[in-house]
Amino acid sequence: MSELSELYQQVILDHNKKPRNFQKLEGANRVSEGFNPLCGDQLTVYMLMDEGVVRELSFVGTGCAISKAAASMMTQAVKGMTREEAQVLFHEFHRMVTGELDEESEPNHLGRLKIFAGVRDYPARVKCASLAWHTMHAALEGAEKATTENLGPDITQAAASD
Amino acid sequence: MIATEKTIEEGTAAPLGAAWDVARVREDFPVLGQTVNGKPLVYLDNAASAQVPRIVIERGSKYLREEHSNIHRGVHYLSQRATSAYEGAREKVRRFLNAKEARECIFVRGVTEGVNLVMHGYGRKFVGPGDEIIVSEMEHHSNIVPWQMLCEEKGARLRVIPMNDRGELILEEFDALLNERTRLVCVGHVSNSLGTVNPVKEITARAHGQGVPVLVDGAQGAPHLKVDVQDLGCDFYAVSGHKMFAPTGSGVLYGRAELLEKMNPFLGGGSMIRTVAFERSTYAAIPDKFEAGTPAIASAIGLGAAIDYLNGIDREAAHAHEQELLRYATERLSSVEGVRIIGTAREKASVLAFVLDEVHPHDVGTILDQEGIAIRAGHHCAQPVMQHFGVPATARASFAFYNTKEEVDQLVAAVQKVIEVFA
Repeated sequence: MSELSELYQQVILDHNKKPRNFQKLEGANRVSEGFNPLCGDQLTVYMLMDEGVVRELSFVGTGCAISKAAASMMTQAVKGMTREEAQVLFHEFHRMVTGELDEESEPNHLGRLKIFAGVRDYPARVKCASLAWHTMHAALEGAEKATTENLGPDITQAAASD
Repeated sequence: MIATEKTIEEGTAAPLGAAWDVARVREDFPVLGQTVNGKPLVYLDNAASAQVPRIVIERGSKYLREEHSNIHRGVHYLSQRATSAYEGAREKVRRFLNAKEARECIFVRGVTEGVNLVMHGYGRKFVGPGDEIIVSEMEHHSNIVPWQMLCEEKGARLRVIPMNDRGELILEEFDALLNERTRLVCVGHVSNSLGTVNPVKEITARAHGQGVPVLVDGAQGAPHLKVDVQDLGCDFYAVSGHKMFAPTGSGVLYGRAELLEKMNPFLGGGSMIRTVAFERSTYAAIPDKFEAGTPAIASAIGLGAAIDYLNGIDREAAHAHEQELLRYATERLSSVEGVRIIGTAREKASVLAFVLDEVHPHDVGTILDQEGIAIRAGHHCAQPVMQHFGVPATARASFAFYNTKEEVDQLVAAVQKVIEVFA
């Protein structure tokens, strides 16, 4: 089990306090809602997709520090990416927080998002970090709602095992 | 009725009349001795599930080692021993709840199953289009959702007794809701999310004044309060064993015999029948009518042992100790800047919910866990309560008689640490 400071790093606390791209996006052409029925976390992701590129990305919602910071940093990381790049990053992030990807040894594009690696030591909190990403992914796919309830066995197992 | 178990295992805790010796009582609960994340475990999640004393563990283990067999079937020795232990547990439950007869105590998995049993057995038979069911604003989801399902199926209407901002039910509003269409009143004895002790005796009296039966969710009542179903006068009272120091999978639905007999069965299958033919089957008498299939025998016997344990301690002293913990924790947490207590009813059980300015309860829960402190963070299966107080979730510390003032101090210190981390 990692020390607390690894989970609540200054960067995460800062994004929690001052989330970036934290507003409704006028002119968005993809809107997706994320909901975690276990804890009540709820967020909406707004995306402006143009010629296969995520031109603008923002979110609003309520949740814990981990979910808010994850959403804030997700918008920064994904803005400007092509659909394919965003897909790759989504899968890398998801694999990292569920412990399937070792961000130190396996090549990846995670960059500053690696500070969320510590979440995998807190199985109950994995969904907090991944909710915004699943919601963004649903927007990429054109779906309207995401929920951590039916995201498949990978996430359920991640939450149940330690 | 099968002969009941004669021997009553004595509780091993402090004798009646002695001052509450919490250190001595803690020795009865093996789980409390461990460390979590390098710190001594501080278990303050008793309202979610309480810990199990040694005599319950040993009783269940003895059953599995020496007595296990199916009940109500075998002519052989082991089956008779298992049956006798199981029915002995039912008699212990009867005395614990002061039911008139043991057959009024149905073994279920817990309150959720108990409420669903009444919904299917009573509700689906006696509730029709335009009828009304009354619940309260502070109910656990298990005493809301089954009634919504019934209302949807029958075209009936769910009415809700509101509460004030302390978290107390407004009884005048209840009076206004009661009418000739009301078929059932369903209310919690103690709120799991706020700690409020509801005046269920008074509520029952008012409902009965209109000829309406009352179901009480006793999940949080039975662990903290002395329950006497005849004195309360309620028609149904449901308890969950795991919240009163027994294993999961044990629970009881008390129902007045007259009502249970009128009701439809719940689950169909073995044990609940008198005769089966393809043309028509007939059902067993209560309680068997509601106990289809092989029950959780070991858990039921464990519940009996938990009742023995509670009978062996001074429950008044235990209650006084819990109330002192609640008073002390409320006073200390309230004095921490940025803490707001949710649920300030004048009569409360030892449940203390709170929120911090600017810090989400899940972050509080994770940081407390790092200090070895187990609390619950979330909506506590009471989303309407969260909506009332305008919060997405709360952090909740819930105390049992084995908790200590030192643990309250550790809780307060950890909450201060949370505030520092997020400052």
